[in-house]
Order: sequence, then structure tokens, then C-alpha cells
Amino acid sequence: MALARRSSNLLKPLSTASSSSSFLNRRPFSTDDSTTITIETSVPFTGHNCEPPSRSVDTTPKELMNFFTDMALMRRMEIAADSLYKSKLIRGFCHLYDGQEAVSIGMEAAITKKDCIITAYRDHCIFLGRGGTLLESFSELMGRQAGCSRGKGGSMHFYKKDACFFGGHGIVGAQVPLGCGLAFAQKYRKEDHVTFAMYGDGAANQGQLFEALNMAALWDLPAILVCENNHYGMGTAEWRAAKSPSYYKRGDYVPGLKVDGMDAFAVKQACKFAKEHALKNGPIILEMDTYRYHGHSMSDPGSTYRTRDEISGVRQERDPIERIRKLILAHDLATEKELKDIEKLARKEVDEAIAKAKESPMPDDPELFTNVYRKGFGVESFGTDRKEVRATLP
Amino acid sequence: MASIFQGVGTATTLSSSTSFDTNKFHLSSRRSLSERKVSFVVVRSDAGKMNVGLNKIGGRADQLVTNAVATKPDTSAASTASKSGHELLLFEALREGLEEEMERDSRVCIMGEDVGHYGGSYKVSKGLAPKYGDLRVLDTPIAENAFTGMGIGAAMMGLRPIIEGMNMGFLLLAFNQISNNCGMLHYTSGGQFKIPVVIRGPGGVGRQLGAEHSQRLESYFQSIPGIQMVACSTPYNAKGLMKAAIRSDNPVILFEHVLLYNLKETIPDEEYVLNLEEAEMVRPGEHITILTYSRMRYHVMQAAKTLVNKGYDPEVIDIRSLKPFDLHTIGNSVKKTHRVLIVEECMRTGGIGASLTAAINENFHDFLDAPIVCLSSQDVPTPYAGTLEEWTVVQPPQIVAVVEQLCR
Repeated sequence: MALARRSSNLLKPLSTASSSSSFLNRRPFSTDDSTTITIETSVPFTGHNCEPPSRSVDTTPKELMNFFTDMALMRRMEIAADSLYKSKLIRGFCHLYDGQEAVSIGMEAAITKKDCIITAYRDHCIFLGRGGTLLESFSELMGRQAGCSRGKGGSMHFYKKDACFFGGHGIVGAQVPLGCGLAFAQKYRKEDHVTFAMYGDGAANQGQLFEALNMAALWDLPAILVCENNHYGMGTAEWRAAKSPSYYKRGDYVPGLKVDGMDAFAVKQACKFAKEHALKNGPIILEMDTYRYHGHSMSDPGSTYRTRDEISGVRQERDPIERIRKLILAHDLATEKELKDIEKLARKEVDEAIAKAKESPMPDDPELFTNVYRKGFGVESFGTDRKEVRATLP
Repeated sequence: MASIFQGVGTATTLSSSTSFDTNKFHLSSRRSLSERKVSFVVVRSDAGKMNVGLNKIGGRADQLVTNAVATKPDTSAASTASKSGHELLLFEALREGLEEEMERDSRVCIMGEDVGHYGGSYKVSKGLAPKYGDLRVLDTPIAENAFTGMGIGAAMMGLRPIIEGMNMGFLLLAFNQISNNCGMLHYTSGGQFKIPVVIRGPGGVGRQLGAEHSQRLESYFQSIPGIQMVACSTPYNAKGLMKAAIRSDNPVILFEHVLLYNLKETIPDEEYVLNLEEAEMVRPGEHITILTYSRMRYHVMQAAKTLVNKGYDPEVIDIRSLKPFDLHTIGNSVKKTHRVLIVEECMRTGGIGASLTAAINENFHDFLDAPIVCLSSQDVPTPYAGTLEEWTVVQPPQIVAVVEQLCR
């Protein structure tokens, strides 16, 4: 399937649109959507109380290139956030997602923007995957007005309502009952959508998770619980925190699937499978076996509880972007140089976004008091004759 | 205006709900029924005095309710209400409010333990599950943290859930969800999400329920930014506040009291929605302002009877809105009487009374002739023994004694 190498496209200068338009919207390279490429996932799925889906995933060249482009952008964004933090433009807590990009990308490929995603504090890339822009992201990290939460949330509170991205939560595990609530609303309204409630291996030991899972299973809510198992709950390895590290089995009566979270196609297949399952049968647990290169947050060097060899070993063997790169080269969709150009472009995009975000002002002082209550107190109250409207405060 | 009601020097209460049996004033009486049919148009006049909860039947100043016991439902008082209404108990009033709002808006749903098939442990949601279905009146397992979180998640998606804690004390398990997600999400998302939940349940000291089931959570929740707190005390305000809380786009915590569920009152047939941030003038007066809420209102009114007999004229305000305080009504009252007594069921330390004392001192210090006195429950876990339990909460004789001292 020698695709006509679109060399003419490649020589065209890539239009540098304003950095506010997401890189994810522009596809300068392969736009071939018709050819199907079948890819085998790295390892087969392991199922618990369910038949795992097949290892063969269908994809198109366009999707492959998109995966590469998007993941390169995410990786670049996180690394840029690292240096911004070190230059003290980002303060407080900054939890980076590099190494785990495949989970976000694979998930997005399998679902629509009407399916809800809710996650914990490692949310920058998921926000991007949902359609958030780099500008909003960096501005929020630096506490500026252009941020997605107007600078008032910070790293752990990215939200995007129109894309059904519900954040962005600081307290470990608290987002899972919220996620079941989202699924409850979807069921209440008889929508054909699902909710992905993401949490980590550390949060998997929270009681509220099992409470929520019980309720989701009881009422057949379309909730998919995704455990991003990066094997470390901050500084504690999973074998030191959990008696049973098979998080996908923890649901007991709820089916589970163990997925290689560094393989975007495995994630895509699993999420597709899970969505179908959840709409019919209720909740399912997905365990994404993934890894983070950075420490838990920027205050954590990440090397006191694991060896540098381990980190570089994973980087060499299981890096999600490298995997896609190899696939692209193997299928002759682009040359090395083109891929490097994509990465350079990503870097450029990120730098432009940072420059623009730095220009954005800090929130004005009165913003301290806005959005505490909804529109002030907006209830209109009236007596029995409905003529005495006593208060409609702004 | 006040003179009309004071003239006779009897214990005329303009309270919209109940009065007390004068014989039993020294006991910790809880349930009282009002046989008076009082009509309401709750009017708030901004100019001058507040006359909320006016008795439209004016000149019956010597109307005394002689019987405050639940077993005698026949009305001895020949009250001629100018408006007809229907008589019901407080929990039925709450249910009416719930039902009307569920009828009006299909996004309103209830979730909690035993709210559906059982009808609610205090019968507040009785009959609603057969009518609206199991999904809209949801029986949850015993998992407060998770179902409160679920309610908040559902609210983020646009539903309007009412989360019931079977006893307010159980909501301590959901404190993280209430504080971080419920109160703060509107702010941390930059205004993208609103959380129009109502968290309600009975709290307060009951009848020998033990320490863990007699908790008053107003004090714990009051510092959470982003939420509103209201406490209902009569069937009239219970229904009105319930409706207002459901219609509000902010998270509202509605505090009910275990011992007030069987209060009987006549409420109007027409629809009404009360103001969440407003205090209720129970009895206008001249000498001292007594601020109270929930069950203590009844202890205060009982004490008021004694005080009026002794010649004092207390102004009793049921603050209703615990967060934010209705400093407008309270301030006007302070400016008139110059003395304040706060009677609450909260604990002494860090309670609603403590915050209210601070707020009044800050804002109305110049108008005070005497220091603010705050009568609260003792800082002890509520004991089981009846006599001890009686003394953990404020009793009418204590109120009378303090007023006498303040008004010296």
C-alpha cells in the first residue's frame, strides 16, 4: 500500500496559524482515511469476567499520523511545563503526564466529545485531548486570565464543559463518585454516552471507589473506571500499597480488562470495547499499564524510589511515541525527517503558546470574589399572591 | 404597631407557627401544635420595621393557645383565618415542597438512604417513589461519601439532585465531597459548572438518641465557601425554603431538626417560595433582640411568654439563613433594641452563634448597650441519660434569666 508520498504537501510551508488554534486541528501530513491498516497490539488483553477483545486493531494512516502529532505535542507541552516550573512561572503543584500520553490519545480515538471524561490532577494532556488549547493550558498553569478556569483553578483544575471534560480534581479518589454521578445523569437522561472516570493505582485503594462501583453496578450506570496504573502512588510502589495489584480484578463482579497503556492502539481498542460494554451491561474497569517519566509532581525528583535504569529502560522499550514512530516508518507513511519536522513544529507551537500565555494578564483583584456563588444569589422568592416579589438578587 | 400586640401583656406570639403550653414551660417541650390558623402574605417592608409573618387577624391580641400537646388535635381556638389553607405536619410540608418542585422540573431527583421504597426515615419522601420511579427517587446503599459525590457529579451534568443524609451526622463522611467538590467547583472551574444540589437531613439533639446521632453540623459546614445554609423551623418556612433551595443554582444545605417533624400548622394553598437569605421576624419587640434558629425558636418563644408576663418585650428573630446571615434584618433590630441574645443549639465553640456574635460586633458595635450573650449547647457529646441531655441544650429558664440580666 505504497501511499503516494505527498511530497508536494511536505514542501509546502506549513501554515503557521495563530497559536490559539489547536495544533490538533491541522493535519498537514497524511490525510488518507480510507486505507485500513491492521495493527497488532503489543500484548494480548487480559480479561476478568469478560471476553477480552481481539488484538488486531484497525486504523488508518491519518489516524496514525494524528496519534504521532498529538502525542508529540503533549510530550512537548509537559516538558515545557517542566522548565516553566523550574523558572518559577508555574507554582504549587504540577503533575506531569509524559509517558502516559497513549492513554489519553487512545481513549479520544475511541469516543466522542459527548462522552464524559473525569480525571484526577494529572490532567493537562487529557484536557488537550478533549480539545483544549495550548494557550488555555499554559495560561491556567501560570495563573493568567486566559486560562481555562480563568487562572483560579491551577494545574489540578482544568475543565472544559463544552467537551464534557469534568476535570481536574485534587483530592485522590474523589473524582470517581463524581464520575458515577455523571454516568447517572447520562442514564437519567437516557443518553447513549458513557463516562470514563480515571484514577491512579494509588487511588485504587480508596473506599469511595468501591462505594461508587457498587452503586454503578447496582444501577447499570454507563461508567467506565480507568485505572492508570503507573506503578507508583507518589513515592510508594504498588506492591507496597496494595495487597492485590491486579486492579482490573478488584471489581469482583464487575468485569475488568488489563491493557498495555503505552500502546495507543491497545487503549483505543479497549475503550471501544468498554464503551460498547458499558452501554449494554453497566460498569467495567480498565487497567492501563503505563508509566510516568517524571516524578509524581515537580517537587518529586522521581528517583528516590525507583532507579534511573528503570526509567530509561521503559523509555527505550515502551515509549508510546517511539512505538508510533516505528509503526509509521514501517508502513512508509512518512520519513524520519518528516517526523522530526513534526516534532519541531510541536516545539514551535508550544513556544508560541507560552509566549502568548505570558502576555495574558493576571486576574483582576475583583475576580477573587466572582464565581463563589452562581450569579450572586439568584432565587426569586414570592409570597402566596405572587405579587410580592421579595428578592431577586443579582 | 408593636403596641397593639403588647397592650394586653399576655403571651401573644406573632409566631407563624406554634405557641407553648404555659404550664409546662420548664420542661424541655419539643412538639407543639398550633391550633391557630394563621394566614400569610409574607411581606418584607424595607422601610422601617420588618413585619414578617404578620397575623392578619389583628386585634385578637389576647389569643392564647392553651394546649400544645399532640394528642389533642381539635382546635379550641376559634380562629377565623382570612385566607383558607390546609393543615399539615412539617414533614408533610417538606414533602409538598419536594413534590411540587419535582412536578415542575424533571431534572429534580432525590437520592439517599431509604428515600424510595421506604418513603424516607422521617417520611419526607413517602409516596414519591411510586409516583416518579426508582431512578428519580433513588435508594442508595449506605455510602454517604460516594452518593454525595454522585449527586454532585449529576449536578455538574445539569440535574438538580436532592441528597438526603438520614441523619445530618452521617454527612460527616461526605465532608470532602461537600467541601471540595460541592462548594468549590464553581470557583475552581472559572464558573463553568454550577452545582445546584440540595443537601438536607435531620440533625440536632433528639430524644436520647446518643452522642453520634445528635450532632449539629452547622458549625462544621459554615466556613465552606460557595455553599448556602438554611435551617427551617415551621411547616410554613420548611416548604418555602425547600422550594427555594431546589430552585437555587447554588448548593444549599437545608438543616431540619429531628424533633420538629411533627409540628402542625396551616399553610396556604397557593404556591410560595421563600427567600433563602432572609431572617424571619417572629415577634417584634423593643427591649432585646433574641436571635435563634431551628428548635431553639420554640424554647425562646416559651421563654418569651414568661418574659412578657414579667414585663419585658423581647424581639425574636428566627435567623433561618445560617450562611449568609441576614444582617439587614438583624442590624435593624439591633439598632432598635441595643441588646442581643443569641440562643442556639450549636456547640459553644466555633458555632453559628460565635460567628454571629463576631459579625454583629463588627458591624453594629456602636449600637450595642451591652455585650452580646450567646447561649449555646454545652461543649460535650450529647449524653444518653435524659436529664443530662436536657441540660446540654439551652432551656427556657436560662433564657429568661439572661434576658433579665441583660435588660437590667
